[in-house]
Amino acid sequence: MTWKFDNSKPIYIQIADKIEMMILSGEYKSGESLPSVRDFAVQASVNPNTMQRAMQELEARGLIFVQRAVGRLVTEDKAVIEKCLNEKVKSITLNYLNEIKALNIKKDDAVKILNENWEN
Amino acid sequence: MNELLVCKDLEKNYSFVKALNNVNLNLEKGKIIGLLGPNGSGKTTLIKIIAGLLKADKGEVFIDGEKVSEKTKSFVSYLPERNYLDDTMKVYETVDLFSDFYDDFDKEAAFRMLENLDIDINRKFKNLSKGMKEKVQLVLVMSRKAKLYLLDEPIGGVDPATRDYILNTIVSNYAKESTVIISTHLIADVEKVLDEFIFIKNGEIVLQTSVDNLREQKGVSVDEYFREVFKC
Repeated sequence: MTWKFDNSKPIYIQIADKIEMMILSGEYKSGESLPSVRDFAVQASVNPNTMQRAMQELEARGLIFVQRAVGRLVTEDKAVIEKCLNEKVKSITLNYLNEIKALNIKKDDAVKILNENWEN
Repeated sequence: MNELLVCKDLEKNYSFVKALNNVNLNLEKGKIIGLLGPNGSGKTTLIKIIAGLLKADKGEVFIDGEKVSEKTKSFVSYLPERNYLDDTMKVYETVDLFSDFYDDFDKEAAFRMLENLDIDINRKFKNLSKGMKEKVQLVLVMSRKAKLYLLDEPIGGVDPATRDYILNTIVSNYAKESTVIISTHLIADVEKVLDEFIFIKNGEIVLQTSVDNLREQKGVSVDEYFREVFKC
């Protein structure tokens, strides 16, 4: 399945965000090795150089590291993953709040709908 | 030296029409580059000059330091816009033909790609659909271990699903050190596989930059920007 990208953000950032999500959700676990740049590029149907840049971005975020002769691995530093996870949850929550508050809805009502929909 | 293709002051006229004017380009190794412009903007003319099939009226082209000649054809793999293969040949015979013709042709790779694309190699060319023909021609071109690939409208005649397939074939098969030039006006489809793009308008280069540079600086996709620049 090819990955979808939106128009405004650089593609390498969107790829990095997507792989970050895979790491945060546990699809790629701590210490697990990632596919090669080339394989990942084919999987996402993107240019290998763009994928390379996304990997550098993830290295800069501290989520992955390069081990010689092995390749790229997900960080074993649980604190980094936790920090990224918290940031992600916060940014999603703020987005949600922005939209829901624009409707002038009461907090109790919003929480009620949230609870009702949490399970499904 | 990281430059693979250098075009200097290219000019080409067809009787009274200026097809190319003052074209200067420097393209690096290891990149996939989109040559983007509306119909009649000079894309095919430029590609044919780089391929050594047309002569420029003025200017020079160097590929990996060599002036375009018979010699550069040995490391430039060119996919023309139109079908040029013998309709009565079977698919595997065209593979044999290419293999005899080009030293850098990887026969195994060709058969592997044809299998991946689900093409019956015993079919005659004339019995293939338009999309299948395009796939076979692309496979033949990508099976060479060339320094420069020139693909003139490689996804023009096929449906969106096949486009993705073809783009994947390009991404997964071009040699690491080589450069791929893709000419097309189906920008939204190719954007994600490009490093850089070139806008060509009325035979002149109006912009050359990287896809992510454009997105970072202007916050728009190449497709959106194309519509702005080439607004009728």
